[in-house]
Amino acid sequence: MNFGRPLVNIGRLTVESVAGIGYAGMLLIESLYFAAVGWRVGQPLRIRSVFEQMRQIGVDALPIVTLLAMTIGIMLGIQFIAALSEFGAQSQVVVAVAKSVTREFGALITAILVAGRSGSALAARIGSMSVSQEVDALATMGIEPVRYLAAPALLAMLVMLPVLTVFADAVAIVGAALYSSPSLNVTPTAYLMQTMSLLSAGDLWQGISKAFVFAVLITLIGVSTGFSVTGGAEGVGRATTRSVVLSICYIIVADMIFSFFLNR
Amino acid sequence: MNTTPAPLIEVDKLEAWYGRRRILHGVDFNVNAGEIRVIMGGSGSGKSTLLRHLLGLHKPRSGTVKLLGVDIGKATEREMLEVCKQIGVSFQGGALLTSLSVGDNVALPLREHTNLDENTIRIMSRLKLEVVNLGGFQDLMPSQLSGGMIKRAALARAIVMDPKLLFFDEPSAGLDPVVSAELDELILRLRDALRMTIVVVTHELESAFKIADTITVLDQGSILMTGTVDAVRKADNERIQDLLNRRPREIQVDADAYLKRLTEEEAV
Repeated sequence: MNFGRPLVNIGRLTVESVAGIGYAGMLLIESLYFAAVGWRVGQPLRIRSVFEQMRQIGVDALPIVTLLAMTIGIMLGIQFIAALSEFGAQSQVVVAVAKSVTREFGALITAILVAGRSGSALAARIGSMSVSQEVDALATMGIEPVRYLAAPALLAMLVMLPVLTVFADAVAIVGAALYSSPSLNVTPTAYLMQTMSLLSAGDLWQGISKAFVFAVLITLIGVSTGFSVTGGAEGVGRATTRSVVLSICYIIVADMIFSFFLNR
Repeated sequence: MNTTPAPLIEVDKLEAWYGRRRILHGVDFNVNAGEIRVIMGGSGSGKSTLLRHLLGLHKPRSGTVKLLGVDIGKATEREMLEVCKQIGVSFQGGALLTSLSVGDNVALPLREHTNLDENTIRIMSRLKLEVVNLGGFQDLMPSQLSGGMIKRAALARAIVMDPKLLFFDEPSAGLDPVVSAELDELILRLRDALRMTIVVVTHELESAFKIADTITVLDQGSILMTGTVDAVRKADNERIQDLLNRRPREIQVDADAYLKRLTEEEAV
């Protein structure tokens, strides 16, 4: 019997994760369906709740995104100046910062931050609603819970995460400019002008397209862990933790895969 | 309108499973227009499961559930929505949305399902709050209400669309006797004033006998009997009398099964 145990567990985990991915996929399709044609089946998506979510996910995150992006920019400035000055290639700092921020760090840092702020909030909100039968109440009132709770969050995330990413790109580059222009003997303005001339639309697009994927990942993981909460307040806590850990793992893995294919 | 005597709820041979355990054994269940039906039963009798099936929250695995003539196992989204608009549900814990004020909670079904203007919606939801004696409380948040007020607010939300059919899950659970008696009065008033058909799930005998026209007694997933209050009181079924007289069950231990449960590695 004991031989079989690990095998049984592997099987169960596999089934559970496939079921989880299937459930998330279904949520995605349903959310998009309600967003597109919900009004025709009596389940209209409320623009007001989309804007409310956009405020919570995007606008409220601006201070912390600014702080972190600025820090990352300065950090990259420090590291690149230290590393590149060994080869006497200090002038390459500008292009190194510009490309790494727009292609990688802007999107990644923003996504991790939003996963921690809003992904967990989604899981906690929907989780506590399912525990207290609020989700059931919505369903019996003829209000599709997916339409009411998931679709606005998905749309808001799809708009706000790319916007936040572009914002973070800009702030990080400004941070790098402030730190490294003295050591490069240029003014910050000159640094920024040089950055602008070095960046191509493709660099920005790499970050933005990743942000779309991250937005879908964060929302689906938050919403699906929220809807599948069982076991009271403790279950809500567990789901919140789970949604943050899962989102960050998926974000980093998806980022790696994207970087691989976009840079071939 | 109610010239045709077709029942509002028709349940036919409903079976429900939870994993490998059978919760409902071929339940047949009809509720006619205008009656107050109480579903009574002890803990674990399957009454919550039956209610979840009646509300369409679970699709029946076998058997059919018809609400207002619509088979909810086969209904399209549209049909289901039409059914949902005509039923109201008051959940055990109230299930008010904690992010909305009491007034917004009550107005929610109107905002989602009608094109009424904001003034009308406000007046209608305040009217329903007056019906449940919560006039003036519309600006409070659900967390600021007491248990009895939450139940009454949930009732106001349940009746705001003037449903034909009202479900009430454990109206008196967790309330003091006075408040739960008031709720019972309220349920009776709703039936008389608004001509609603009401299904109440409860294990409180006193309140069940007070409000019921007919009582359905569930035990271990089967219906023991359905009848008027007097008929249930006089029933000679032992389990019903146990329930009525608060007698503990006599559990007969099967020695073999008992040993098996203790020793077997995989619990069945």
